[in-house]
Amino acid sequence: MHPIDRSIVQPALDRFLNREVYLHLETTNGAYAAHRQESKMTVGAYIRNGRISFIRGTITGEGPYRVGLKMQDGWVYAEGLTDFDLGQEGKLLLAGHDEEGRLAVALELSMEPFEL
Amino acid sequence: MGQHILVVFPHPDDETFGCGGTLALFAKSGIPITYICGTLGQMGRNMGNPFFANRETLSKIREAELEKACKAIGIQHLIKLGLRDKTIEFEDPEPIVNRIEQILREVQPSLVLTHYPGYAVHPDHNALGELTIKAVSRLSTQDRPTIYAHAFARNCQDVIGPPDIVNDISAVADVKCAAILAHRSQSQVMFPRDNKTEVNEPTKNAYSHMLQRESFWTYRCF
Repeated sequence: MHPIDRSIVQPALDRFLNREVYLHLETTNGAYAAHRQESKMTVGAYIRNGRISFIRGTITGEGPYRVGLKMQDGWVYAEGLTDFDLGQEGKLLLAGHDEEGRLAVALELSMEPFEL
Repeated sequence: MGQHILVVFPHPDDETFGCGGTLALFAKSGIPITYICGTLGQMGRNMGNPFFANRETLSKIREAELEKACKAIGIQHLIKLGLRDKTIEFEDPEPIVNRIEQILREVQPSLVLTHYPGYAVHPDHNALGELTIKAVSRLSTQDRPTIYAHAFARNCQDVIGPPDIVNDISAVADVKCAAILAHRSQSQVMFPRDNKTEVNEPTKNAYSHMLQRESFWTYRCF
């Protein structure tokens, strides 16, 4: 992945506009966060291959970045995004990593279902 | 019945960190080892700095690491269950227990290594440990292998007491070390590069302890 460049990510988001797309959205502080006493709680959530369609999608911030996808009936939101990848055809990967490269948040869009 | 070890853990690296030395000792003495690995650790979060993976490529990388670590330890038979990281506790247990039972009947292990249900921290560990014990319980009493359960929850000894099996693995520390390094995506964050001396001190201790001893609880099934 590469540090987010909004001038690349914004047009990449726009390519998914008004289409039925697959969403991977995730946030985590690590499965061992509480065990290692890095945090009081281990928290995480993910949705894989949620099918959505959005009418407006925007990346904002000066880094880390935020993305909001406005749908007909709701929103998809992620913050803390630091890196992007467009290396796989039809996919946009966005993620937020800490200084050691540990993923804390991810928002990914794909024209095809993500692998299970 | 000859000796054969069956190992059942959910994530690539569980076989290495918790019991890689014990397995290496068995392998060295010529005892065959079969490893059932539940998932490919798809939801791991270490992507490296610089990056060596992203969410979508991680499973392939961890699968390759798993095979390399198995080779280092001397695990000849690797069975991948094809489950998804963080989902085992939500699956229908029946097909998984059936599969493990079928493998138990084929392999006829003398010893099974798995996680201690309830005391192994990660929900996948607890779930697969429980399913494995359920599968062993389906065998007739005389066919049941010994079970070494691995537990590492904080304060678990307050409830389940001290481990009854403590293996000195210092003779195969180099093998375990090679397996740990094979799981690069998992070990890189734990053992940072030498230039971070301060961070390195406590991890060095954890590292050396891990290369000296491995502990298990003999699990009694009913």
